[in-house]
Amino acid sequence: MRITVQSDDFDLAEALREFGKAPNTGATVSFTGLVRDDTCTLEYMEIEHYPGMCEAAIAKIAEEAVQRWSLTDCLVIHRYGQLRPGDQIMMVATAARHRAEAFEAAEFFMDYLKSRAPFWKKEVTRDGADWVAAKDADEDALKRW
Amino acid sequence: MKIEVLYFAWVRERIGEPRETVETEAATVLELVKELKAREERYDLAFSDLKSLRVALDQELSEFDAPLAGVCEVAFFPPMTGG
Repeated sequence: MRITVQSDDFDLAEALREFGKAPNTGATVSFTGLVRDDTCTLEYMEIEHYPGMCEAAIAKIAEEAVQRWSLTDCLVIHRYGQLRPGDQIMMVATAARHRAEAFEAAEFFMDYLKSRAPFWKKEVTRDGADWVAAKDADEDALKRW
Repeated sequence: MKIEVLYFAWVRERIGEPRETVETEAATVLELVKELKAREERYDLAFSDLKSLRVALDQELSEFDAPLAGVCEVAFFPPMTGG
């Protein structure tokens, strides 16, 4: 289990190279979140984080995922600071005996990271700056677990 | 008692600083909010709608009616937008 909160970019291939090598692993799933620019006006996204609580909150999510889906390994890298359109924001990888567990656990991670990991996104566009608001759907997504 | 109070995202912007040490005898988070609101308009503005705020006590998500006894760090912030 590896959890990293950093401002630097990460190398996806390198992060996955040594991931899920335990002999009882039959499936790995990885997800990468990128900075999206729907209107072509985004200059950058500022990601603020709560040092300490971020790592603790993600560890709590990871512990539950490992237990529920008997994961053989998991990995979360989440960035903060100024990110440009197309930049990688975060990644999560899960390793399990079978693919269903690996896929489901990755979705669980994403739903919980969205509204339980203390990060806040601010979009700075040509027309001004605005904090990204949490959606009701994000909170609702937790109910399925 | 002395409590470290942290602010994030637009709460931090409205209050104008990321953290401060507060001397208080508040028994709950709500009482602390009431004290802060009475201080200055910027606090009143930041805490005007508690439904749009979340609170963490010693880095764990909590509730506004939670007691403050033994708590060292209180953080106020809007709903999180990670991932």
